[in-house]
Amino acid sequence: MPHMSDIQKVIEIEVLRYNPETDKAPSSQVFEVPFTDDMSVLQGVQYIKDYLDGSLSFRWSCRMAICGSCGMMINGVPHLSCETFLRDYYPARVRVEALNHFPIERDLVINMEGFINKLESIQPYIIPKEPRTLAQGEYLQTPEQLNLYEQFSSCINCMLCYAACPQFGLNPDFIGPAATALLHRYNVDSRDGGKEERMDLVRSEEGVFHCTAVGYCSEVCPKHVDPANAVNQNKTNAAVDYFLRFVSPKGGAK
Amino acid sequence: MSKRRPYVRPMDGWWRKNPYFVEYMIHEGTAFFVAAYAAVLLVGLVRLSQGEAAWNGWLHSLTSPWYVLFHLAALLAITYHTYTWFKIMPRTMPPVVVGGERLPAWAITGTGLAVAAAAGIGLLAFVWGMAR
Repeated sequence: MPHMSDIQKVIEIEVLRYNPETDKAPSSQVFEVPFTDDMSVLQGVQYIKDYLDGSLSFRWSCRMAICGSCGMMINGVPHLSCETFLRDYYPARVRVEALNHFPIERDLVINMEGFINKLESIQPYIIPKEPRTLAQGEYLQTPEQLNLYEQFSSCINCMLCYAACPQFGLNPDFIGPAATALLHRYNVDSRDGGKEERMDLVRSEEGVFHCTAVGYCSEVCPKHVDPANAVNQNKTNAAVDYFLRFVSPKGGAK
Repeated sequence: MSKRRPYVRPMDGWWRKNPYFVEYMIHEGTAFFVAAYAAVLLVGLVRLSQGEAAWNGWLHSLTSPWYVLFHLAALLAITYHTYTWFKIMPRTMPPVVVGGERLPAWAITGTGLAVAAAAGIGLLAFVWGMAR
Protein backbone atom coordinates (compact mmCIF):
# COMPACT_ATOMS: atom_id res chain seq x y z
CA MET A 1 0.00 0.00 0.00
CA PRO A 2 1.44 3.39 -0.97
CA HIS A 3 1.53 6.01 1.75
CA MET A 4 -1.08 8.80 1.47
CA SER A 5 1.56 11.39 0.60
CA ASP A 6 2.70 9.28 -2.37
CA ILE A 7 -0.68 9.55 -4.04
CA GLN A 8 -1.33 13.21 -3.23
CA LYS A 9 -3.38 14.61 -6.10
CA VAL A 10 -2.84 18.16 -7.34
CA ILE A 11 -5.52 20.16 -9.17
CA GLU A 12 -5.11 23.42 -11.07
CA ILE A 13 -7.43 26.18 -9.87
CA GLU A 14 -7.74 29.15 -12.21
CA VAL A 15 -8.96 32.22 -10.31
CA LEU A 16 -10.18 35.49 -11.84
CA ARG A 17 -8.20 38.09 -9.89
CA TYR A 18 -8.95 41.81 -9.67
CA ASN A 19 -7.24 44.41 -7.51
CA PRO A 20 -9.00 47.78 -7.85
CA GLU A 21 -5.85 49.62 -6.74
CA THR A 22 -3.53 48.20 -9.39
CA ASP A 23 -5.55 46.48 -12.16
CA LYS A 24 -7.46 48.05 -15.05
CA ALA A 25 -9.42 44.82 -15.58
CA PRO A 26 -9.60 41.33 -14.03
CA SER A 27 -7.16 38.65 -15.21
CA SER A 28 -6.68 34.94 -14.55
CA GLN A 29 -4.10 33.37 -12.26
CA VAL A 30 -3.53 29.61 -12.02
CA PHE A 31 -2.64 27.88 -8.73
CA GLU A 32 -1.62 24.25 -8.17
CA VAL A 33 -3.49 22.98 -5.17
CA PRO A 34 -2.95 19.59 -3.49
CA PHE A 35 -6.31 18.14 -2.53
CA THR A 36 -8.12 15.17 -1.09
CA ASP A 37 -11.47 13.79 -2.25
CA ASP A 38 -13.36 15.38 0.63
CA MET A 39 -12.23 18.93 -0.25
CA SER A 40 -14.67 21.50 -1.54
CA VAL A 41 -13.81 24.25 -4.02
CA LEU A 42 -14.04 26.65 -1.04
CA GLN A 43 -11.37 24.63 0.78
CA GLY A 44 -9.25 24.78 -2.38
CA VAL A 45 -9.54 28.56 -2.42
CA GLN A 46 -8.79 28.68 1.31
CA TYR A 47 -5.64 26.60 0.66
CA ILE A 48 -4.51 29.23 -1.86
CA LYS A 49 -5.04 32.02 0.69
CA ASP A 50 -3.31 30.12 3.51
CA TYR A 51 -0.30 28.74 1.63
CA LEU A 52 0.10 30.30 -1.84
CA ASP A 53 -1.18 33.90 -1.95
CA GLY A 54 -2.58 35.60 1.15
CA SER A 55 -3.93 38.51 -0.89
CA LEU A 56 -6.74 36.44 -2.44
CA SER A 57 -10.13 37.82 -1.33
CA PHE A 58 -13.39 35.89 -1.08
CA ARG A 59 -16.44 35.61 1.20
CA TRP A 60 -17.35 32.55 3.21
CA SER A 61 -18.77 31.63 6.58
CA CYS A 62 -20.66 28.46 7.45
CA ARG A 63 -19.10 25.85 5.08
CA MET A 64 -22.40 23.91 4.99
CA ALA A 65 -24.70 25.57 2.44
CA ILE A 66 -26.69 27.50 5.03
CA CYS A 67 -25.27 31.03 5.11
CA GLY A 68 -25.18 31.74 1.37
CA SER A 69 -21.88 33.67 1.48
CA CYS A 70 -19.58 31.60 -0.74
CA GLY A 71 -21.35 31.73 -4.11
CA MET A 72 -18.94 31.72 -7.07
CA MET A 73 -18.96 30.93 -10.79
CA ILE A 74 -17.34 27.49 -10.98
CA ASN A 75 -16.54 26.55 -14.58
CA GLY A 76 -19.10 29.18 -15.60
CA VAL A 77 -21.93 27.84 -13.43
CA PRO A 78 -23.14 29.56 -10.24
CA HIS A 79 -22.54 27.29 -7.22
CA LEU A 80 -22.03 27.54 -3.48
CA SER A 81 -18.31 26.72 -3.39
CA CYS A 82 -18.68 24.92 -0.03
CA GLU A 83 -20.90 22.19 -1.50
CA THR A 84 -19.04 21.82 -4.81
CA PHE A 85 -16.18 19.32 -4.75
CA LEU A 86 -12.77 19.47 -6.43
CA ARG A 87 -12.88 15.71 -7.12
CA ASP A 88 -15.74 16.27 -9.58
CA TYR A 89 -13.49 18.42 -11.80
CA TYR A 90 -10.16 16.58 -11.43
CA PRO A 91 -8.00 15.96 -13.46
CA ALA A 92 -9.19 18.97 -15.49
CA ARG A 93 -8.54 22.51 -14.34
CA VAL A 94 -11.32 24.21 -12.38
CA ARG A 95 -12.10 27.86 -13.17
CA VAL A 96 -13.34 30.09 -10.34
CA GLU A 97 -14.78 33.57 -10.86
CA ALA A 98 -16.85 36.11 -8.91
CA LEU A 99 -20.64 35.72 -9.32
CA ASN A 100 -21.72 36.86 -12.79
CA HIS A 101 -23.73 40.05 -13.38
CA PHE A 102 -22.48 41.77 -10.20
CA PRO A 103 -19.70 44.37 -10.12
CA ILE A 104 -16.43 42.87 -8.84
CA GLU A 105 -15.19 44.64 -5.71
CA ARG A 106 -11.99 42.60 -5.49
CA ASP A 107 -11.09 39.05 -6.69
CA LEU A 108 -14.10 36.84 -5.85
CA VAL A 109 -15.91 39.49 -3.79
CA ILE A 110 -18.88 41.12 -5.51
CA ASN A 111 -20.69 44.34 -4.72
CA MET A 112 -24.09 43.27 -3.31
CA GLU A 113 -25.39 46.76 -2.50
CA GLY A 114 -28.02 46.63 -5.27
CA PHE A 115 -29.36 43.33 -3.99
CA ILE A 116 -29.55 44.54 -0.38
CA ASN A 117 -31.52 47.61 -1.52
CA LYS A 118 -33.94 45.37 -3.43
CA LEU A 119 -34.32 43.13 -0.40
CA GLU A 120 -35.23 46.15 1.74
CA SER A 121 -37.64 47.48 -0.86
CA ILE A 122 -39.85 44.36 -0.81
CA GLN A 123 -40.47 44.72 2.96
CA PRO A 124 -39.42 41.14 3.81
CA TYR A 125 -41.45 40.83 6.99
CA ILE A 126 -45.08 40.27 7.93
CA ILE A 127 -47.15 43.46 7.78
CA PRO A 128 -50.19 42.66 9.96
CA LYS A 129 -53.63 43.23 8.44
CA GLU A 130 -54.71 44.99 11.63
CA PRO A 131 -53.02 45.74 14.96
CA ARG A 132 -52.96 42.68 17.18
CA THR A 133 -52.49 42.51 20.93
CA LEU A 134 -50.58 39.81 22.81
CA ALA A 135 -53.85 38.85 24.50
CA GLN A 136 -55.22 37.74 21.12
CA GLY A 137 -52.61 34.97 21.12
CA GLU A 138 -50.68 33.47 18.25
CA TYR A 139 -51.71 33.37 14.60
CA LEU A 140 -53.11 30.03 13.50
CA GLN A 141 -52.25 28.67 10.08
CA THR A 142 -53.34 25.49 8.31
CA PRO A 143 -50.84 23.16 6.54
CA GLU A 144 -52.40 24.28 3.23
CA GLN A 145 -51.73 27.93 4.07
CA LEU A 146 -48.14 27.03 5.04
CA ASN A 147 -47.63 25.10 1.77
CA LEU A 148 -48.36 28.23 -0.28
CA TYR A 149 -45.21 30.03 0.89
CA GLU A 150 -42.97 27.48 2.61
CA GLN A 151 -40.56 26.70 -0.27
CA PHE A 152 -40.06 30.43 -0.99
CA SER A 153 -39.05 31.00 2.64
CA SER A 154 -36.02 28.70 2.13
CA CYS A 155 -34.13 31.45 0.28
CA ILE A 156 -30.73 32.16 1.88
CA ASN A 157 -29.92 35.29 -0.20
CA CYS A 158 -26.90 33.66 -1.85
CA MET A 159 -27.57 35.49 -5.13
CA LEU A 160 -26.78 32.46 -7.33
CA CYS A 161 -30.11 33.10 -9.10
CA TYR A 162 -29.01 36.63 -10.03
CA ALA A 163 -25.76 35.21 -11.44
CA ALA A 164 -27.98 32.86 -13.50
CA CYS A 165 -30.32 35.57 -14.79
CA PRO A 166 -29.26 37.19 -18.09
CA GLN A 167 -32.07 39.75 -17.80
CA PHE A 168 -30.56 40.98 -14.52
CA GLY A 169 -27.15 41.08 -16.21
CA LEU A 170 -28.56 43.19 -19.04
CA ASN A 171 -30.53 45.46 -16.69
CA PRO A 172 -29.27 45.57 -13.07
CA ASP A 173 -32.39 47.53 -12.05
CA PHE A 174 -34.55 44.42 -12.55
CA ILE A 175 -35.78 43.38 -9.09
CA GLY A 176 -34.79 39.82 -10.01
CA PRO A 177 -35.46 36.26 -8.83
CA ALA A 178 -34.64 36.09 -5.08
CA ALA A 179 -36.22 39.42 -4.10
CA THR A 180 -39.39 38.45 -6.00
CA ALA A 181 -39.44 34.99 -4.40
CA LEU A 182 -39.30 36.61 -0.95
CA LEU A 183 -41.84 39.25 -1.94
CA HIS A 184 -44.17 36.44 -3.01
CA ARG A 185 -43.41 34.51 0.19
CA TYR A 186 -44.92 37.35 2.28
CA ASN A 187 -47.72 38.22 -0.17
CA VAL A 188 -49.20 34.70 0.02
CA ASP A 189 -48.77 34.35 3.79
CA SER A 190 -52.22 34.26 5.43
CA ARG A 191 -50.93 36.48 8.29
CA ASP A 192 -49.76 39.25 5.97
CA GLY A 193 -51.67 42.33 4.84
CA GLY A 194 -48.93 44.12 2.88
CA LYS A 195 -49.69 42.76 -0.60
CA GLU A 196 -51.00 46.06 -1.99
CA GLU A 197 -47.79 47.91 -1.09
CA ARG A 198 -45.59 45.20 -2.57
CA MET A 199 -47.64 44.92 -5.78
CA ASP A 200 -46.58 48.47 -6.71
CA LEU A 201 -43.07 47.06 -7.04
CA VAL A 202 -44.19 43.94 -8.92
CA ARG A 203 -45.87 45.94 -11.69
CA SER A 204 -43.27 48.75 -11.78
CA GLU A 205 -40.70 49.41 -14.52
CA GLU A 206 -38.16 47.34 -12.52
CA GLY A 207 -40.75 44.64 -11.83
CA VAL A 208 -41.50 41.11 -12.99
CA PHE A 209 -42.07 41.87 -16.67
CA HIS A 210 -38.32 42.03 -17.29
CA CYS A 211 -38.33 38.25 -16.90
CA THR A 212 -38.38 36.26 -20.16
CA ALA A 213 -38.81 32.85 -18.47
CA VAL A 214 -35.27 31.60 -19.06
CA GLY A 215 -35.78 29.50 -15.91
CA TYR A 216 -32.07 29.06 -15.07
CA CYS A 217 -32.54 30.83 -11.69
CA SER A 218 -34.60 27.90 -10.41
CA GLU A 219 -32.10 25.38 -11.82
CA VAL A 220 -29.14 26.78 -9.87
CA CYS A 221 -30.91 27.45 -6.53
CA PRO A 222 -29.09 25.44 -3.83
CA LYS A 223 -32.17 25.44 -1.56
CA HIS A 224 -34.70 24.26 -4.19
CA VAL A 225 -36.64 27.48 -4.12
CA ASP A 226 -38.40 28.09 -7.43
CA PRO A 227 -37.90 31.85 -7.97
CA ALA A 228 -38.95 31.61 -11.63
CA ASN A 229 -42.33 30.40 -10.37
CA ALA A 230 -42.69 33.38 -8.00
CA VAL A 231 -41.78 35.84 -10.77
CA ASN A 232 -44.16 34.29 -13.30
CA GLN A 233 -47.07 33.92 -10.89
CA ASN A 234 -46.72 37.63 -10.23
CA LYS A 235 -46.89 38.47 -13.93
CA THR A 236 -50.36 36.91 -13.78
CA ASN A 237 -51.17 38.75 -10.52
CA ALA A 238 -50.10 42.09 -12.00
CA ALA A 239 -52.16 41.49 -15.15
CA VAL A 240 -55.23 40.49 -13.11
CA ASP A 241 -54.82 43.63 -10.96
CA TYR A 242 -54.56 45.76 -14.09
CA PHE A 243 -57.84 44.50 -15.54
CA LEU A 244 -59.70 44.29 -12.23
CA ARG A 245 -59.26 48.01 -11.60
CA PHE A 246 -61.63 48.70 -14.51
CA VAL A 247 -64.26 46.53 -12.79
CA SER A 248 -63.71 47.72 -9.23
CA PRO A 249 -61.64 50.93 -9.03
CA LYS A 250 -59.67 51.12 -5.80
CA GLY A 251 -58.67 54.76 -6.05
CA GLY A 252 -55.08 55.96 -6.13
CA ALA A 253 -54.21 53.35 -8.77
CA LYS A 254 -51.17 54.32 -10.79
CA MET B 1 -10.29 58.80 -0.75
CA SER B 2 -11.93 55.49 -1.46
CA LYS B 3 -9.83 52.87 -3.24
CA ARG B 4 -12.99 51.16 -4.43
CA ARG B 5 -13.39 50.76 -8.18
CA PRO B 6 -16.00 48.04 -8.77
CA TYR B 7 -15.46 46.35 -12.14
CA VAL B 8 -18.52 45.64 -14.27
CA ARG B 9 -18.01 42.75 -16.68
CA PRO B 10 -19.45 43.15 -20.20
CA MET B 11 -22.52 41.12 -21.25
CA ASP B 12 -21.38 40.69 -24.88
CA GLY B 13 -22.14 37.21 -26.19
CA TRP B 14 -23.68 36.16 -22.85
CA TRP B 15 -25.88 33.51 -24.45
CA ARG B 16 -22.91 31.66 -25.97
CA LYS B 17 -21.22 31.17 -22.60
CA ASN B 18 -23.57 28.58 -21.12
CA PRO B 19 -25.26 25.61 -22.89
CA TYR B 20 -28.46 26.42 -20.96
CA PHE B 21 -28.59 29.86 -22.59
CA VAL B 22 -27.78 28.44 -26.05
CA GLU B 23 -30.78 26.12 -25.73
CA TYR B 24 -32.89 29.07 -24.53
CA MET B 25 -31.97 31.08 -27.63
CA ILE B 26 -32.75 28.10 -29.89
CA HIS B 27 -36.19 27.51 -28.39
CA GLU B 28 -36.98 31.23 -28.45
CA GLY B 29 -35.74 31.26 -32.07
CA THR B 30 -38.29 28.60 -33.05
CA ALA B 31 -40.95 31.29 -32.46
CA PHE B 32 -39.83 32.71 -35.83
CA PHE B 33 -41.28 29.62 -37.54
CA VAL B 34 -44.58 30.02 -35.69
CA ALA B 35 -44.84 33.60 -37.00
CA ALA B 36 -43.66 32.64 -40.51
CA TYR B 37 -46.22 29.85 -40.77
CA ALA B 38 -48.98 32.20 -39.59
CA ALA B 39 -47.91 34.64 -42.34
CA VAL B 40 -48.14 31.88 -44.99
CA LEU B 41 -51.69 31.02 -43.85
CA LEU B 42 -52.62 34.72 -43.84
CA VAL B 43 -51.45 35.10 -47.43
CA GLY B 44 -53.64 32.09 -48.31
CA LEU B 45 -56.64 33.83 -46.75
CA VAL B 46 -55.99 37.00 -48.77
CA ARG B 47 -55.65 34.96 -51.98
CA LEU B 48 -58.94 33.19 -51.18
CA SER B 49 -60.71 36.56 -50.92
CA GLN B 50 -59.38 37.45 -54.39
CA GLY B 51 -61.25 34.63 -56.14
CA GLU B 52 -60.83 31.10 -57.40
CA ALA B 53 -57.89 31.72 -59.76
CA ALA B 54 -55.84 33.49 -57.08
CA TRP B 55 -56.61 30.71 -54.56
CA ASN B 56 -55.59 27.94 -56.98
CA GLY B 57 -52.42 29.87 -57.81
CA TRP B 58 -51.55 30.00 -54.11
CA LEU B 59 -52.30 26.27 -53.72
CA HIS B 60 -50.06 25.53 -56.69
CA SER B 61 -47.20 27.66 -55.33
CA LEU B 62 -47.30 25.59 -52.12
CA THR B 63 -46.28 22.49 -54.11
CA SER B 64 -42.86 23.96 -54.93
CA PRO B 65 -39.97 22.04 -53.28
CA TRP B 66 -38.94 25.19 -51.39
CA TYR B 67 -42.36 25.45 -49.76
CA VAL B 68 -42.38 21.73 -48.95
CA LEU B 69 -38.94 22.13 -47.36
CA PHE B 70 -40.17 25.16 -45.39
CA HIS B 71 -43.17 23.20 -44.11
CA LEU B 72 -40.93 20.34 -42.98
CA ALA B 73 -38.61 22.78 -41.16
CA ALA B 74 -41.62 24.56 -39.62
CA LEU B 75 -43.08 21.24 -38.44
CA LEU B 76 -39.82 20.34 -36.69
CA ALA B 77 -39.37 23.81 -35.18
CA ILE B 78 -42.98 24.10 -33.97
CA THR B 79 -42.84 20.59 -32.46
CA TYR B 80 -39.75 21.59 -30.49
CA HIS B 81 -41.39 24.93 -29.59
CA THR B 82 -44.41 23.03 -28.23
CA TYR B 83 -42.19 20.74 -26.17
CA THR B 84 -40.23 23.62 -24.57
CA TRP B 85 -43.45 25.61 -24.03
CA PHE B 86 -44.99 22.90 -21.88
CA LYS B 87 -41.66 22.09 -20.22
CA ILE B 88 -41.47 25.61 -18.70
CA MET B 89 -45.23 25.70 -18.01
CA PRO B 90 -45.09 24.33 -14.40
CA ARG B 91 -42.76 27.21 -13.50
CA THR B 92 -45.26 29.80 -14.76
CA MET B 93 -48.38 28.53 -12.95
CA PRO B 94 -49.79 28.87 -9.44
CA PRO B 95 -49.66 25.53 -7.59
CA VAL B 96 -52.35 23.12 -8.78
CA VAL B 97 -53.67 21.08 -5.85
CA VAL B 98 -55.45 17.83 -6.63
CA GLY B 99 -56.78 15.76 -3.71
CA GLY B 100 -54.71 17.73 -1.19
CA GLU B 101 -51.44 17.12 -3.07
CA ARG B 102 -49.59 19.59 -5.27
CA LEU B 103 -49.52 18.34 -8.87
CA PRO B 104 -45.88 17.55 -9.82
CA ALA B 105 -44.22 19.39 -12.70
CA TRP B 106 -44.07 16.33 -14.95
CA ALA B 107 -47.85 15.87 -14.70
CA ILE B 108 -48.48 19.44 -15.89
CA THR B 109 -45.94 19.12 -18.73
CA GLY B 110 -47.29 15.67 -19.67
CA THR B 111 -50.92 16.88 -19.73
CA GLY B 112 -49.97 19.85 -21.91
CA LEU B 113 -48.07 17.68 -24.38
CA ALA B 114 -50.90 15.11 -24.50
CA VAL B 115 -53.50 17.82 -25.18
CA ALA B 116 -51.27 19.38 -27.88
CA ALA B 117 -50.77 15.97 -29.55
CA ALA B 118 -54.51 15.18 -29.37
CA ALA B 119 -55.40 18.60 -30.83
CA GLY B 120 -52.84 18.16 -33.64
CA ILE B 121 -54.03 14.68 -34.56
CA GLY B 122 -57.70 15.74 -34.22
CA LEU B 123 -57.21 18.67 -36.59
CA LEU B 124 -55.36 16.46 -39.08
CA ALA B 125 -58.19 13.88 -39.00
CA PHE B 126 -60.81 16.62 -39.43
CA VAL B 127 -59.07 18.15 -42.47
CA TRP B 128 -58.40 14.69 -43.89
CA GLY B 129 -62.12 13.88 -43.60
CA MET B 130 -63.10 17.14 -45.34
CA ALA B 131 -60.62 16.62 -48.17
CA ARG B 132 -61.92 13.13 -49.03
